[in-house]
Amino acid sequence: MTDTGLEFSLNRVAAMVRRYWYLLISSWPRLLDLVYWPTVQMLMWGFLQAYVSQNSGYFANAAGVFIGAVLLWDILFRGQLGFSISFLEEMWARNLGNLMMSPLRPAEFISALMIMSIVRLLIGMIPVTFLAIVFFGFNLWSMGLALVAFFINLILTSWAIGIFVAGLLLRNGMGAESMAWTIMFLFLPLTCVYYPVAVLPHWLQYVSWSLPPTYVFEGMRALLIDHVFRVDLMLEAFAFNVVLFGGAVFAFLKLLDSARTQGSLLQGAD
Amino acid sequence: MDVKPAPAIAVDNLVKRYKTATAVDGISFQLAPGTVTGLLGGNGAGKTTTIAMIMGLVTPTAGTVAVLGAQMPKQRYRVLHRMNFESPYVDMPMRLTVRQNLSVFAQLYAVPDEAVRIASLAVDLDLTEFLDRPAGKLSAGQKTRVSLAKSLLNKPDVLLLDEPTASLDPDTADWVRTHLERYRAETGATILLASHNMNEVERLCERVIIMKKGRVEDDDTPARLLARYSRETLEEVFLDVARGRQREVAG
Repeated sequence: MTDTGLEFSLNRVAAMVRRYWYLLISSWPRLLDLVYWPTVQMLMWGFLQAYVSQNSGYFANAAGVFIGAVLLWDILFRGQLGFSISFLEEMWARNLGNLMMSPLRPAEFISALMIMSIVRLLIGMIPVTFLAIVFFGFNLWSMGLALVAFFINLILTSWAIGIFVAGLLLRNGMGAESMAWTIMFLFLPLTCVYYPVAVLPHWLQYVSWSLPPTYVFEGMRALLIDHVFRVDLMLEAFAFNVVLFGGAVFAFLKLLDSARTQGSLLQGAD
Repeated sequence: MDVKPAPAIAVDNLVKRYKTATAVDGISFQLAPGTVTGLLGGNGAGKTTTIAMIMGLVTPTAGTVAVLGAQMPKQRYRVLHRMNFESPYVDMPMRLTVRQNLSVFAQLYAVPDEAVRIASLAVDLDLTEFLDRPAGKLSAGQKTRVSLAKSLLNKPDVLLLDEPTASLDPDTADWVRTHLERYRAETGATILLASHNMNEVERLCERVIIMKKGRVEDDDTPARLLARYSRETLEEVFLDVARGRQREVAG
C-alpha cells in the first residue's frame, strides 16, 4: 500500500453513504423537513407570480420565471445545505475523530457528501416539482436538456461552497457552523436569481458574472422569456465552476492541514 | 545473535506547541511489537495529544512519530488500516443502531465477513442484546464497550486506548481487561493505554510511561517503578511523580 492518500475506494464511499442513509431514514421529521421548505417557498413565490402577472405585461409574458427561479435556487441552496448538514452530522456526533483515524481518504469523504447532497435534494425537490405542475401548471421537467445543464452547474457550485465550508468547520470547529446555514445567501442577490444582471450597478455586474449561478439564472430567463437555450452561458458557467471547485478542494486540503496543526480534529484534547 | 525487532511505535523528540502552551515537550520512547504499555499522567500532562500525534490526527511541531515504520501523519495511509483506537473524546453516531455503526466502520476498514466479526465481538463484549438499539440510548458503560468493539473490528496490529474502562462497573471492566489480554495474546498486537486506573495498568501493562507537563517523568516496568519509589502500589508512585516527590524518593 502506498502512502500518497490518492487511492480511491468506492467501498469506503459506499460505507459513508450507507452511514448517512441510515441516519436519514431513522427520522421521519428529517425526511419531511427536506420537502417542507421547498414546498412553502414554491407556493409563496408561485402565488406572488400569479398575482403580479395579472398586473404586469412583463410577468404576463414570462410565465413561470419566478417559480423556475425558486426551484433552481433551491437546487443551489439545498445542494450546499445537504452537503454541509451531512458533514455537520459528524461534528454533532463527535464522530470526526473516528473517521479521520480510519482509512477513509478526504476525496472519499467528499464524494460521499456529494452523493448525499444529491440524495437529499432529490427527496426534497422531486415532489415539489410535481406540486408546481398541480398548482401553477409550471413543468420544470419540460426544460429537458436545459434543466440537465442548469442542474449540473448549480450542483457543482453548491458542492464547491459545501467543500469550502467543510474545511472551515474542520479548522474552526462549531464556531463556523453558522457559515453552513448562511453563506449561500450571499449568492442570492449577487447571482441575480429573481432579476436580470442588468439591474445591478455596472461595477457589481463584474462580480455577478464571476459567479457560475448567474449564468444559470440568466439562461433560465432566456429560456422562459425568449425561448432560447443559451449553450454559451452554460459553457461559461461550467468553466467558472471548474475553477471554483478546484479552488474549494485546494482550500479544504489546506484547512485540513491547518486543523491537524492546530489540533482541532481531536475535540477535547488536553 | 538476537535481532531486535523494529519498534511498533517510535517517538523521537516529539514536541507539540500551541499558541500559548506546550502540550508535549520533547518526549522519546519506543514500543516493541506485542507489548502493552501504560501512559500515565494527570489532566493536561499531554497523554491525549501524544496519542493524537501517534494516530496522525495532530501534526507535531517538532520531532517524529513512526507507526509500523510509517511516518505520521505524512505516511498515515500506509498503516491506518492496521491501527485503531478508542477514546472518550469521540463518539459513535447516536441515531444509528450499534449494528449499523459497527457495519459502517467494518466497511471502512474492509473487514472480511463483517456480520460474523460483529457477532463475535458482540458476544465477547456482551453487546448482543444491544446490537439493534440506537447508540444514543445506551448507558455510558455500554457505549464504552461499543467503542471498544469498533476499535477491535479490524483486528489492529496497533491499538491505542484512552481510558478504555472509564465509566464501566468493576465486573464489566474486569471482563474488558480480560478480553484485551486475550486479544493481545492471540494477535500479538501492540497496545498503548492511557489510563487513570492504576489497577488496570498494573494488571495489563509490562511497561509504564509517566508524563507530567508534557514531559516523560519516568519510564520502566511496574515492578521496577515500585521498587525504585519504595511503594506498594502504582497509585502511590503516580502521586509521588504528580506531586514532585520523585527526586527525593527515587534519588
